[in-house]
Amino acid sequence: MGPRPDQNVLEARNLKKAFGGVRAVDGCSFAVPRGKISGLIGPNGSGKTTTFNLLTGLLSPDSGQVIYEGENLAGLRPYQIFRKGITRTFQITRIFREMTVLENMLSVTGLDVPDRVARERAEELIGFVNLTHLRAEYGGRLSYGQQKLLEFARALMTDPALILLDEPAAGVNRTLLQHLLDHIHRLEAEGKTIVIVEHDMNVIMNHCERIFVMDYGVKIAEGPPAEIQRDERVIEAYFGRRR
Amino acid sequence: MPLLELRNVAAGYGPIEILHGVSLQVNAGEVVSVIGPNGAGKSTAFKVVMGLINYLGGQISFDGHDLVGVRPDRILALGLGYVPQGRVVFSQMTVRENLEMGAYLQRDKAKLEASMGWVFSLFPRLGERKRQLAGTMSGGEQQMLAMGRALMMRPRMMMLDEPSLGLSPRFVDEVFDKIVELARGGLTVMLVEQNAARALEISHRGYVLELGRNRFEGTGRELLDNPEVKRLYLGGEVRALRGS
Repeated sequence: MGPRPDQNVLEARNLKKAFGGVRAVDGCSFAVPRGKISGLIGPNGSGKTTTFNLLTGLLSPDSGQVIYEGENLAGLRPYQIFRKGITRTFQITRIFREMTVLENMLSVTGLDVPDRVARERAEELIGFVNLTHLRAEYGGRLSYGQQKLLEFARALMTDPALILLDEPAAGVNRTLLQHLLDHIHRLEAEGKTIVIVEHDMNVIMNHCERIFVMDYGVKIAEGPPAEIQRDERVIEAYFGRRR
Repeated sequence: MPLLELRNVAAGYGPIEILHGVSLQVNAGEVVSVIGPNGAGKSTAFKVVMGLINYLGGQISFDGHDLVGVRPDRILALGLGYVPQGRVVFSQMTVRENLEMGAYLQRDKAKLEASMGWVFSLFPRLGERKRQLAGTMSGGEQQMLAMGRALMMRPRMMMLDEPSLGLSPRFVDEVFDKIVELARGGLTVMLVEQNAARALEISHRGYVLELGRNRFEGTGRELLDNPEVKRLYLGGEVRALRGS
């Protein structure tokens, strides 16, 4: 038997990132539990997307560490982090509009499998997100919700261990959202770790086991949904405070 | 009769409907807040009043005039000012030039100078920095400039979209103080704010929107004390967690 894996798959340690005078992330630390769905929430401008960008190498932190399976990822390039098994989706989808659904899936690099296997996997994932009937359609012709499903499916091409989803529910109709949530729970059941940034509180509160709350670039609370909903600091961050 | 009234207004972006029949009233001399969680349609309500997005139904009137289909510059000329979200200033222009842009409908040079003097008396820092490029000012100063620019036409009413968003606490105080000062001077104000507590505190009345519909309304005090309003921000009752 090998050593027992750490119960946290990823740990942000005192991450900082400033843009000019704006300290977007200002000493943020949290640990993502393995094999669970976690949520990262906070009011507008609290630093959630910047944190995702720091975790995935789109931005380099000014200081602090991103520890993934015992290794510091801070300063690595996005493709290097991607190859370690971390993928993400974006708030505004970044699919290729002039490629078909299937081509979008096969555009993922670094698969390290024969084309035939990649194709099979792509077809399987397209089915997984119920887009099979649209496999030959151009990305740009899909509805906004379908584009989000496509980006989600594409993020799974490399069989990642950790999946970061930036506002998966925004602009997605209720039916597609339910599909998406079902898929997320299936991934969880397979042992994947998922972190969701989301403004739809019903998604966060009903589907995340652990929630991290950010405000002004730092984590102000952490816990299960029912606890977070009662937390005075969280209520204040969202609702404001009287003078 | 209310100064501004939206009756059952539907609006959106392209074919996507965001407001599904929202009603708001602002009486002359009032400060009214519009609050609600992300995606409630607060900014959209302001944009449809100014004719900036797709109007899909309902009635909008200001001072007895029907605003539906009216161009934004005509709305401005009727006495309704608007400060969009995000401190939208002309960053490559000076403070003075920005203020002149706010008064481009004003052909009378003497009136323009009088407005400029009034804005400088309200915001002394803008007066000290007339020749500074707007893009080089701090966020709080840019917000003051955006407000000053909207005041150059001496509007009867002003709509402020998220005036405190992204500002340091010191400037947040300053912005709210300034709104109170303007209201005392007779300006009618409607504001959208993420800092709901601070906004309601200075408001006569408020509306709470959720997902493009009216949810609650009342005096600032009633809404501040209503726990249901706070609950909207963090989701409803948590059901049993799935998949675990």
